[in-house]
Amino acid sequence: MDLIILGQQLVNGLVLGSIYGLIAVGYTMVYGIIGMINFAHGEVYMISAYLSAIFLAVITAWGVSSAPVVLLLVLFLTIFITALYGWSIERVAYRPLRGSTRLAPLISAIGISLVLQDYVRLGQGAKSQGVPPLIEGSFRFYLDNPEHYIQISIIQSLIILASLVGMGTLHYLMQKTALGRACRATQQDRIMARLLGVDTDRIISIVFVLGSAMAAIAGVLVTLNYGSFDFHVGFVTGIKAFTAAVLGGIGSLPGAMLGGLILGLSESFFSGFINTDYKDVFAFSILVLVLIFKPSGLLGVAEVEKV
Amino acid sequence: MKKAIQQSLITGVLAFLVFGPISGLVLAGYDVDFHGERPLIIALVVALSRFAFILLADSKKGTQLSQIIFGRRDGGVTVSSGESHNYYLLFGGIIAAFALPFILSKYWLSVAVLALIYVLLAMGLNIVVGLAGLLDLGFVAFYAVGAYGYALGFQYLGLGFWSAIPFGAFLAACFGVVLGFPVLRMHGDYLAIVTLGFGEIIRLVLNNWVSFTGGPSGVFVPPPTILGLEFTRRAKQGGEPFHQFFDIAYSGSFRTIFLYLVLLLLVISITFFVVRLRKMPLGRAWEALREDEIACRSLGINHVTTKLSAFAMGAMVGGLGGVFFAASQGFVNPTSFTFFESALILAIVVLGGLGSTIGVIVAALVLTVLPELLRDFSQYRVLLFGLAMVLMMIWRPRGLVRPKRPMFKLGSAVVAAHTPPTAESNFKVSH
Repeated sequence: MDLIILGQQLVNGLVLGSIYGLIAVGYTMVYGIIGMINFAHGEVYMISAYLSAIFLAVITAWGVSSAPVVLLLVLFLTIFITALYGWSIERVAYRPLRGSTRLAPLISAIGISLVLQDYVRLGQGAKSQGVPPLIEGSFRFYLDNPEHYIQISIIQSLIILASLVGMGTLHYLMQKTALGRACRATQQDRIMARLLGVDTDRIISIVFVLGSAMAAIAGVLVTLNYGSFDFHVGFVTGIKAFTAAVLGGIGSLPGAMLGGLILGLSESFFSGFINTDYKDVFAFSILVLVLIFKPSGLLGVAEVEKV
Repeated sequence: MKKAIQQSLITGVLAFLVFGPISGLVLAGYDVDFHGERPLIIALVVALSRFAFILLADSKKGTQLSQIIFGRRDGGVTVSSGESHNYYLLFGGIIAAFALPFILSKYWLSVAVLALIYVLLAMGLNIVVGLAGLLDLGFVAFYAVGAYGYALGFQYLGLGFWSAIPFGAFLAACFGVVLGFPVLRMHGDYLAIVTLGFGEIIRLVLNNWVSFTGGPSGVFVPPPTILGLEFTRRAKQGGEPFHQFFDIAYSGSFRTIFLYLVLLLLVISITFFVVRLRKMPLGRAWEALREDEIACRSLGINHVTTKLSAFAMGAMVGGLGGVFFAASQGFVNPTSFTFFESALILAIVVLGGLGSTIGVIVAALVLTVLPELLRDFSQYRVLLFGLAMVLMMIWRPRGLVRPKRPMFKLGSAVVAAHTPPTAESNFKVSH
C-alpha cells in the first residue's frame, strides 16, 4: 500500500514541480537580465488562469467541440494576451524606473500586483471560478493486482510534457539563437551591449514576454487540471515559484526547472506523509533557509560585490 | 501632433486588448456575460490620458507645470538649512487632536482610533524602510505579534492592558531581532522576499496552531482598563466601572475615547522620539547605511547593531500598534494580518515619502480617513493605492513631502556643465 501512496505522491510532486518550474522561469529570466524580482509575476499567472477560463467558455460557446482544437486555441489566445500583460508591466512599472533606486521598481511592481489583483476582483467578482472538465481520462500503472495502481491523468502528463518542451525551447532560444546571445550579452553588461548595437530595452521587453508566456502555459494547464481558481491564487503560487527559482539558483534556466521539481516533490511528500496544514509553512521555510544559507542556489553563480 | 494621435491610438488598442477579456467577458458559471462597454471605456480613458500626456510633455507650459509638480530643477544650487518649524501649527494641531473625541460621533471616533493605529504602524515601518532602507514586506508579522501578545498574554499569563503594552512591544522587538539576524547579509530584493516569507509563516502558524492560538476562530481580548476602572456597564475584571466611580451616565464610547487619548499620547511621544533619534548618531547611521552600506562599513559604522536596532525599533512600534488594534477590536484572528496589510502599510510609507516622519503621519491619516469619506469609491481603494504606488515611484520616488535636512545640492544643468563627458553620455545608442 505504501508503495502506491509513494508512487502517487511522486506523480503529484512531478506535476506540481513542473508547474512551479514553468512559473519560476519568468522570475529567473527577469532577475537574470535586470537583477530585479518581478513581483507582479504571480498575478500574471493568476490573470492567465482567468483568461483561459474565459476563452474556454467563449470557444465552446462558438460550437467548437474537438478537445485538442479547443485546447490549442485557448493556449494560443491566453499566451498572446498574457504576453501583452507582461510587456505592459515592463513598460509601465520597470522601464520608467531604469536608473532609479533599487527599491523603486520593487515597490512599483508591488503596486502593479495590487492593481491587477483588484482589477480582476472588480471585473470578475470575488467568488471562486471554475471550468468544466475538457480532457478526461487517465493512464493507470498497475502494480501487482488490478486494485493497486498509480494514476496519472492526461492533463497531468500534458503539464509535465509542456514544461519539458517549454524548457527545452527556451534553453535552445537562449543558447543557440541571435536573440539568446543578445539576452546573455544584456545580462552580462547592459551598457556594453548597448554600445555594440543591442537594443537592450527591446531585449528586456522580450524577456518579460517570454516569462509571461510560460506562466500562461502553466495557467491554462493548471486551470484545466484543478478546475477552480480565484483572484488570490497568484500570491501563494507566485511565492512558491519564486522559491523554486531561488532554490535552483536565480538567473539559471535549468536551475528554475530543478528547483521547481525539488520543491514540488518535497512539498508533495511533506503533505502526503507529514502534515497538510503546514505545507505552505514548509515551502516558505525552504525559501527563507535557502536565501539565508545559500542565496546563490543550487546551480547559480555566487554574486561578487564590487565597489 | 500627428505623432501624439498615432501613439495614443496604439496605446488605446493595446489597452483594449489587455483589458478586454477580463473586464468585458465576465465568467458566470461555465459561461460568460458580455460587457462590451467596459473595455471600450477603459481603452478610451487610457488613450486620452496618453494623448494629454504627450501634448503636455511637448508644450512649454507643460514642461513648466511638470517642474512645479515633480520638483525637477535643472539649474542653480539648492541650499537648505533643514530648519523649518511652525510651532503654532504644531500646538494647534495637538490641542485640536485632544479635543477631537469630545466632538466626534462614536463611529468617527473608531475611525480615528484606527487611523492612529495606522500612524503607529507606518512610523514603525518608516524606521525600517524609510530610514534604514531595509525593505520589509512582512511588517504585519510584528503587528500580529503585538496583537496576539496581548490576547494570548491575557489568556495564559493574565496580563492586563497596561502590562500588555510593554509586553507586546518587547515581544515584537525580540521578533524583530530574531528576523534581523539572518537577514543581515542580504539587501534589496532578497531581504524583501525573506521578510515576506517570515510574515506569511507567522500568519500561517497563528492560523494552524489551533491548540495555542485558537486558529482561524481567533482569541478574545479583554477591554482596556485604567487604574482598575473598567469601561463596561458592569465590572467584569474585578474592578469598578468608570461611570460608577465618577458618578456619570454610562456611555459606550468611553472605551473608544480612552483608547484614542492613550494612543494619541503614544503617537506624539513616539513622533518626538523618532524626530530626535534622527539627529542622533544612530539615526544618522541608519540613513547613511541606506545610502551606501560599503562606505559606511569602511568608515567604521557597525552595520550589525545599526541594522538590528532599526529592525527592533520598527518592530517595537509595530507591536504597539498591534496591542492597540487588539484592544480596540476586542478580538483578534489571523485574517487581519495578511500580506495585503503589509502592502497597505508600505503604500502609506511610500506615499508619505520614504523617511519623512510628518509625510508618513499625514499619509496614514489621509489614507485611512479618506476611504471612509468617499464611501462610493471605497471598492476602488486598493486599485487606487496600487496605481498611486506606481505613479509615486515614477514621479516622486522620495515622496510627496520631501524630508528637509541640511543639504547642498547641485541642479542637473550645473552638474552637466561641470562634469567631463562619460562613456554613457557620449555614446547614446538610439534606435
